[in-house]
Formats: sequence, structure tokens, C-alpha cells
Amino acid sequence: MADEVKLFGMWASPYSLRVELALKLKGIPYEYIEEDLSNKSSLLLKYNPVHQKIPVLVHNGKPVAESSVILEYIDEIWRDNPVLPQDPYDRAMARFWAKFIDEKIQPTARNANLAEEKEREQAVEECCQQLKMLENELQGKPFFGGDTMGYLDIAALVIAFWFEVVREVVGLDLITEERFPILCKWIGKLQDIDVINECRPPKEKHVNYVRARYEAAKAAASN
Amino acid sequence: MAAKEEVKLLGFWVSPFVLRVEWALKIKGVKYEYIEEDIFNKSTLLTELNPVHKKVPVLVHDGKAIGESFVILEYVDETWKQNPLLPQDPYQRAMARFWAKFAEEKIFEGAWTALCSQGEQKQKALQQTREAMEKIEEQLQGKQQFFGGESIGYLDIILGWISHYLTVWEEVGSMEIIDPAKFPATMAWINRFLKHPVIQGTLPPREKMLVYFHQRSKELGSTSHGWLRV
Repeated sequence: MADEVKLFGMWASPYSLRVELALKLKGIPYEYIEEDLSNKSSLLLKYNPVHQKIPVLVHNGKPVAESSVILEYIDEIWRDNPVLPQDPYDRAMARFWAKFIDEKIQPTARNANLAEEKEREQAVEECCQQLKMLENELQGKPFFGGDTMGYLDIAALVIAFWFEVVREVVGLDLITEERFPILCKWIGKLQDIDVINECRPPKEKHVNYVRARYEAAKAAASN
Repeated sequence: MAAKEEVKLLGFWVSPFVLRVEWALKIKGVKYEYIEEDIFNKSTLLTELNPVHKKVPVLVHDGKAIGESFVILEYVDETWKQNPLLPQDPYQRAMARFWAKFAEEKIFEGAWTALCSQGEQKQKALQQTREAMEKIEEQLQGKQQFFGGESIGYLDIILGWISHYLTVWEEVGSMEIIDPAKFPATMAWINRFLKHPVIQGTLPPREKMLVYFHQRSKELGSTSHGWLRV
């Protein structure tokens, strides 16, 4: 029986990209369904009633939500081209740093970008300290996963692509060549990877999208 | 020379995150050395082993340190195969992980925020927590013993803090999150959990907890998770 795999996603979501990339890296055929988050489909609400968010993977009719949960599921069902490392300690480190990206780096980056002049310096400093810790994990390796991309590279794509777009909109350059030479080298490598280019958000469209959201956030914050 | 299977756990007597790891190790019968940390006066050992967060729990196995209770639990389950914590079936595993994340973000965060805040923020947090608990109540409907089936599993461990901390926080915060009459399945699960031999004897004394959380909630005001960031 052929597997039926559907992915409910959104073109500008880094979480949606994580799942798409994992599916592509593992060579799993899937049907992609673009969701309009301002007008969510009844299918999305049916498959993710708890959060009503993308991404949702539907495998043979059974839904799985939350990108980190989906990635673990994908790796367990399709054993070829593993995304997580084999060794339990290495797996723990991959999970630890992915969590760090989502729970620490992303919020402090958001703070830095939305901060008023007087708080900006401190917010930037905090974010850079965290980025430095993450960059250290790349020491001596082309990718976080080693010779090839892995779970943590997938999780860290938000830093590679979304930070660059926000920089264009907000003007705040967090990841400079001077401060993060190894991270910049890693980002450079990603630009040449076909599967990534197949599913990453188109640059100009992405900048416009983020600009609109940033202006709205600024307006809301000043009220 | 240190034994190859040497396992240490850096903890703090009242941390619910540390308890999760202790329960997991006990369920699997893994011997470990427990090292009490004063999180308000951190040792060099803690800051060396968990330089990123400087928090407990930290599991040290064969000299390698791992932080974050969720990450530690997966490591423990993968390293010691007896008495599995997560289900065997990948879809069931995904469901367990999904609900664990949900509970942490909605119930733990919600209850803690409600404890440390006042007024509208407190009411909002209480509302979020109660609604989330209703979903857990639904998940427990018809469960014989535990989320893990006949024995305690991953999701029971992640949610286990509820059985002992929630009434303490309710008292300290002058609030009600679980009305026993409205959460029969949850109450039954709590009773079974507290009676389980692995859990007995691990719980911090209630009186000490009341004093501790009274002080901490006052100190923190509306800062969510302030104590854990210390």
C-alpha cells in the first residue's frame, strides 16, 4: 500500500519549511497544501483542532502537529537518510540546541528588532551571546549535522533566512561576518543546496510580507 | 577510575523538572548519584556542566552532561531500554510528545504565570490553564491506569507535577485551577499517580513548598519562570 503524505503549510513559516525540508531530504513524496492563515481551511481545523496552526503532517489520514514532533515522527517512520544523529548523546545535543533556538534565540531576536533605542543595545548583546553559543556547535564541521545537513541545521534555517529578511526590514544586522564568521560560512553553504532553494520563501515576497507584519507589530506596541 | 555507567543528577529539592528525571531513572532502575544544588548560589560544577542555561536538572552520564528535562527524558529512554517511557508505535509517540509540549506551554506556563501575577493577567492565565486542563481531562477519559497504559510513561512523567504542585500553587496564589467535581478523570489519575511506588518518597514536603512558593511568587511579581531563569 502506498503511503499518503500531506503537508499543510504556509510559504513564509520557518516551521513549515522544517517539515518540507525533512521530507525532501529523506526523499518522501508528499502533497503540499498551502494554507491562508487569515482564512484557515476546515481541513486544517479538523486536523489540528488544539492549536489550529500549521504545519500539520497527515500520514495515511492521521494528523501530526508541531514541527519538532513531526520531525521525530518522520525519522521514525522513514528510516532512510536519518535527520537525527544515531548516537543518543548526539541526538540529545541536536534536540537541546533546536530547543535553544526556538525558546531563546528567536524571542531575544524579536526583542532586539522591536526594541526602542535605549533598550536595543542590551537586547542585541543578549541575542549575540546566544548566537555565539550556537555558532560554537559548528566548530570544525561544515554543518551542525556533520558532513551533511541534519536536524539542527533544519531547525537553524530560521536564523539563516529569516534573520536576513528582518535585517532588510528593520535595519538591524545581528549576524555580521565580523562577529559570526563560522555562522556566515554555514549560511553561505545553504544557498547552494537545491532542496533548500526549492522550498525557501522567495526573497522579495518574503521581505514584503515581513515588512507588513513588522509595521503592524510596531503599531500595536506603541498603543 | 570512574565506573563506565556512572550517572549523576544535579538537582534542586523543589524543582518539578528535576523530579521528572528522577522518576524516569527510578522507573528504569538506573542507579544515580543525586547532587543537590543551591540554584541561588550556583556551584562551579553546575555552571561548568550547563554553561548555556546554568539550570537544573543536569544529567551526567559517562562524563557527558545533558540539560533540559524533555531532552533528558528522551536520552534516558534511548539509553536504557528496559521499561520504555515512550510508546513503541511512532504515531503514539508523536501523540505523547504533542501533549507533553501542549501541557508544558499551556498548563505549566499558565499556572505559574497565574501564581506570580495579579488582576487581569492572572485571570487570563487561569482561563488558559483551565481550558488546557479540560483537554487533558478529555485525553484521560477511559484511560485505565495512566497515559502510558498499565504503567507510568513519558506523558505521566511530564504531567506528574500537577499531582503535587498544583494544590500548593492554588493555595499560595489564592486560586482554583482544578475543581475536583469538574475533573473526575484527572483526579483519579492524580490519585493513582501519587500511590505509585516509584513516585512515593520522591515528593518534596508540602509545608516546605508552601513557604518556598510564597516567597518566590512575591519576589517575582509577574515575571513568568523567573526562578527557573536564575
